[in-house]
Amino acid sequence: MNRRRGFGFHGGIEPNSYKSETTRLPIRVAPISEELVVPLHQNIGGTPRPLVRVGEYVFKGQRIGAADGNISAAVHAPTSGHVTALELRQVPHASGLADPVVVIRADGEDAWMAPEPFDWRAAPPDAVRDYLRDAGVVGLGGAVFPSHLKMRPGDADAIDTLILNGAECEPFITCDDLLMRERAATILRGASILARLTGARETLVGIEDNKPEAIAAMRQAGAGMAGVEVVVLPTRYPTGGAKQLIRALTGIEVPHGARSTEFGVQCFNVGTAHAVADALERGRPLISRIVTVAGAVRTPRNYEVLIGTPVRELLADAGMMAGVERVLMGGPMMGFALPGYAVPVVKATNCLIAWTPGLLPEQPEERPCIRCGACAEVCPADLQPLELYWYARGNQFGKAQEYGVFDCIECGCCAYVCPSNIRLVDYYRYAKSEIWASERDKARADAARARFDARNARIEREKSERAARVAAKTAASRAAVSAIPDASADGVSEPSVSNAGPASGSEAAKHALIAQALARVRARQAGQDVADDPGGAAGAHQPGDTGHTTS
Amino acid sequence: MSGAPYLHRARSVPVIMLWVLAALLPGIVVHAGFFGPGILMQLVVSSLAALVAESAVLALRGQRLAPALSDGSALVTAFLLALCLPPLSPWWLTALGSVFAIVVAKHLYGGLGQNPFNPAMAAYAMLIVAFPALMSQWPLAGEGHQVAGFGESWRLVFGGERALDGITGATPLDALRTGMRGLPGAAPPQISTVMAGSGLGVIAGVGWEWVAAAYALGGLLLVALRVISWHVPTTFLVVLALISALFWMVDPASHAPPWFHVVAGGSMLGAFFVATDPVSGASTPRGKCLFAAGIAVLTYLIRVFGAFPDGIAFATLIMNLCVPIIDRTTQPPIFGHKQGPARRGLRQGDR
Repeated sequence: MNRRRGFGFHGGIEPNSYKSETTRLPIRVAPISEELVVPLHQNIGGTPRPLVRVGEYVFKGQRIGAADGNISAAVHAPTSGHVTALELRQVPHASGLADPVVVIRADGEDAWMAPEPFDWRAAPPDAVRDYLRDAGVVGLGGAVFPSHLKMRPGDADAIDTLILNGAECEPFITCDDLLMRERAATILRGASILARLTGARETLVGIEDNKPEAIAAMRQAGAGMAGVEVVVLPTRYPTGGAKQLIRALTGIEVPHGARSTEFGVQCFNVGTAHAVADALERGRPLISRIVTVAGAVRTPRNYEVLIGTPVRELLADAGMMAGVERVLMGGPMMGFALPGYAVPVVKATNCLIAWTPGLLPEQPEERPCIRCGACAEVCPADLQPLELYWYARGNQFGKAQEYGVFDCIECGCCAYVCPSNIRLVDYYRYAKSEIWASERDKARADAARARFDARNARIEREKSERAARVAAKTAASRAAVSAIPDASADGVSEPSVSNAGPASGSEAAKHALIAQALARVRARQAGQDVADDPGGAAGAHQPGDTGHTTS
Repeated sequence: MSGAPYLHRARSVPVIMLWVLAALLPGIVVHAGFFGPGILMQLVVSSLAALVAESAVLALRGQRLAPALSDGSALVTAFLLALCLPPLSPWWLTALGSVFAIVVAKHLYGGLGQNPFNPAMAAYAMLIVAFPALMSQWPLAGEGHQVAGFGESWRLVFGGERALDGITGATPLDALRTGMRGLPGAAPPQISTVMAGSGLGVIAGVGWEWVAAAYALGGLLLVALRVISWHVPTTFLVVLALISALFWMVDPASHAPPWFHVVAGGSMLGAFFVATDPVSGASTPRGKCLFAAGIAVLTYLIRVFGAFPDGIAFATLIMNLCVPIIDRTTQPPIFGHKQGPARRGLRQGDR
C-alpha cells in the first residue's frame, strides 16, 4: 500500500511522552457534580450573553449563553437543574481572574431538552454555520476557536484538503488518542460533514506513530471512505501544532498572519470533528469533552467530563494523592498552573496534571546564554531563539519583531533544550506583551492627538463666533449711544479694545463706550481697594487693567 | 512558578563542558605519551590559575561563586590554552596566560556568554607576542630525541631551569616556515628537502600527527553527541584542504601538500575545539560555515605568509570580530517566509 510519508518540519523535540499511564483504561464517564460552574466565555471572541435568570430551571443541553456576534459560540447547560447564581468566579486561566459564570445545581434527572430537528444536509450553508455556533462547537485542541468560522460553505473552491489533527504531540495528553480508539467512526462521520461543508476533496488524518491503537481504529473506520487517508507521522513535538501539522502533511508552510485556507487547507482537531458529528447528527450541543487526568493520581485515565465540573471533583474521582502542589491544565510544554482546584473543566481543558515535586525533573538554576544554538536547532518556526532572547532581554523590541518574535508559537522547544535553563518563552511572552502595550499606547496617543486637534479647532471656532457676537453687540451699543454727547476727553487716548474692529466713522461713540467701561471698572476696583488694599488704588488707573477686564 | 514549559532536557552547561573536557582526554594522553608529562603539569597550572582568577573576579563583581565555578567553562578555557602552549614552558607563563584569558578576555567583557573573543586564543596571542622565544621551545619527539621525564619536566616547569638544548626545537610548521625562507644568496629552497629534515613522520611531524588524530577522535565524539554541530569542523578542514591544495598544485615545489596542513599544528584542535566555541563564534548554520571557512583561509595565509608559526589563534580572533555581521547577514528564513508553494491570492471579502 502506497502510504503517504509526510513532509516533516524543521526542529522539534522528542521528550519522554508520559502517555502510557493514562492509556491503559478506557474512557470513564465522570460522575455528575452537584454543582456545575459554566463560564460564559469559553471561546476565542465575544463573551456570550446569558439567557437564563437565577432560579430558572434548565434542561440538559439548553442554551444558557447566546453567541455574542458571529465571532463567538454559545454555551449550554451540561445537565438539568436550577440556575443558582450568575456571578463572577475564578476560571481556569493563568491570571486567576474571575469571569462571569452560570452556576447550575443539578437535579440528578439529567433530563435532555426536547431535540430540535435540524437537517443539515438540506439547510443552507449559513444556517449550518449558525447551528454549529449555537451548538457551541469550538476547537477542542485547546485554542477554542469557534469552528463555524473555519468553514466556508458555498465557497466550495476555497479548500482542497481537510486535515484532522490527531497528532497529540504533547507529553501526558491522551484524550485524542482514547477518543480515536473508542469513537473513530463518529470522528470520521464528523470529518465527512466537515469535508462537505468546506468543500474539501481529500481528508488527511495526521496521527503520531506512538498511537498504534488509534491508527488502527481510524484506519478501520475509514476503510470504506473515499478520500480519507490516515497518515502516520513520526512522534516529534510539536507535530500537533496546526502549522507544523499542515507542513508535515502537505509541505505547505502557512506564514504568521496568514490563514491556511489561503493555501487551500483547513485543519480541525479530531475532538472537534466528533463534536460536529454530535451536533449535526444527534442535535447534541457541546456540553462535555474528554479530559486526561494524569500525574499524582491513583487511577490516571481519561474521562468524559461535563463542562462545568469542578476540577477538584474530577481529581478526587481519580484519587489525587497527597503532596500535590499544583495542577497543570494542558500539557507540560504549553499548559499552565491552575489558580485553584475549584475552577471548572472548560471546553479548552484537554488534560489535568496533578503535580508533585518528583513528577518532572526539577529545572536547574538559570545560567548565562552561551549562544550554543541548541534552541535554533529545535525551533519549529525556524527562528533564532537566542537572538530573540538577547533582544527581549535588552528591551530592543523593534529588533525582536524584526527577528520574528510574533512568528514564535510558544511551543517551548527552545526552553526545553536550553542547557542554561533560560525560561526563553517567558522572555518572548514579555516582548510580545510589551509590543502590544506600546501599540496600544500609540493608538491611545494617536486618539489623544486627534482629540487635542479637535479641541483646538473647537476653541478656534468658538473664539471667532464670540468675536462675531461681540462685533454685533458693539454695533448695537454704538447705535444706542450715538445720541450721548462727547464726554470722552479722558486720560485714555489709545483705545485698548482695538480688536473691536477697524476705526469707524463715529470715533466719538467708541470713546464714549470706553469711557463708560472704564468708569465701571474704576468704580468696582475702588470698592475693592477700599476693602482690601488701599495702597494699590493707583494701579486701578492703569490702562492695562481695562484691557484685562475686556479680554 | 514561571510559565511553561515545565519539562526540561537534562543536558545543562556543566554537562556540555564536561563532555568537551572528556573529548580532549585522548589528545592529552597521546600528547603526554610523545612529549612527556609536561603537558599534565601545564594543565594543572592553567586550571588552578583559571579557577583562582575566576573566583577573584566573581568576588570583585559581587557575584556568587558556586554557579560560575561549577559550569566548567573556566576549565575548558584553561585546558585549551594549556594544550596550545609548549609543554615545558615555565609555570608562570601558563599561569599568566590563563589569568589573562579569564580576567581580560572573559570577565572584562561581561563574563560567560558575553566575550567576543575566544579567551584561550586571546591569551595565546598575547603570550606569543610578549614571549616569542619561550613560545617556540617545543619538545621534540621520536628517535634520536630524548623525552623529558617527570623529574626533568618538573624542574623545567617549576624550577626555573632553561637547559633545553637537545630536547626542544621547532615544531614541524615552524621548521617549514623558517626553512622555506631560505638563505640569502642561495638557491630557493625546495619543500621536499625542507620537509625531509624536520622530523616529519608520516604526514605532519613525529608525534604531532598522532596527537591530531586523537583530537579528531574526541571531536568526532562531540559531533556524534551533538555537543558541537558538524558545520564548523567540516567546513574548516575542507576549506583548509582546498586552499592548501590550490597553492600546492600551482607550485608544489614550495608549498606543503594539503594533508600536511590539515593535520599539522593546531588544525584538529582548532577545528573541533576552538572554532566551535559557541560564545565567540557564529550561531546560524550558514554563519558557522562562513566563520569556519574564514578561519581556515586566514590560518593558511598566516602559516605560509605570516610571521607566526601557526595561524589558528589570530585567524580565530579576526573571525571573532566578524561574528556580529556574519550572524546578521545569515539569519535563516522563518517558517512560512521561505519560497514555498504559491499562496492563493486573497479573494474579495476574505477578511
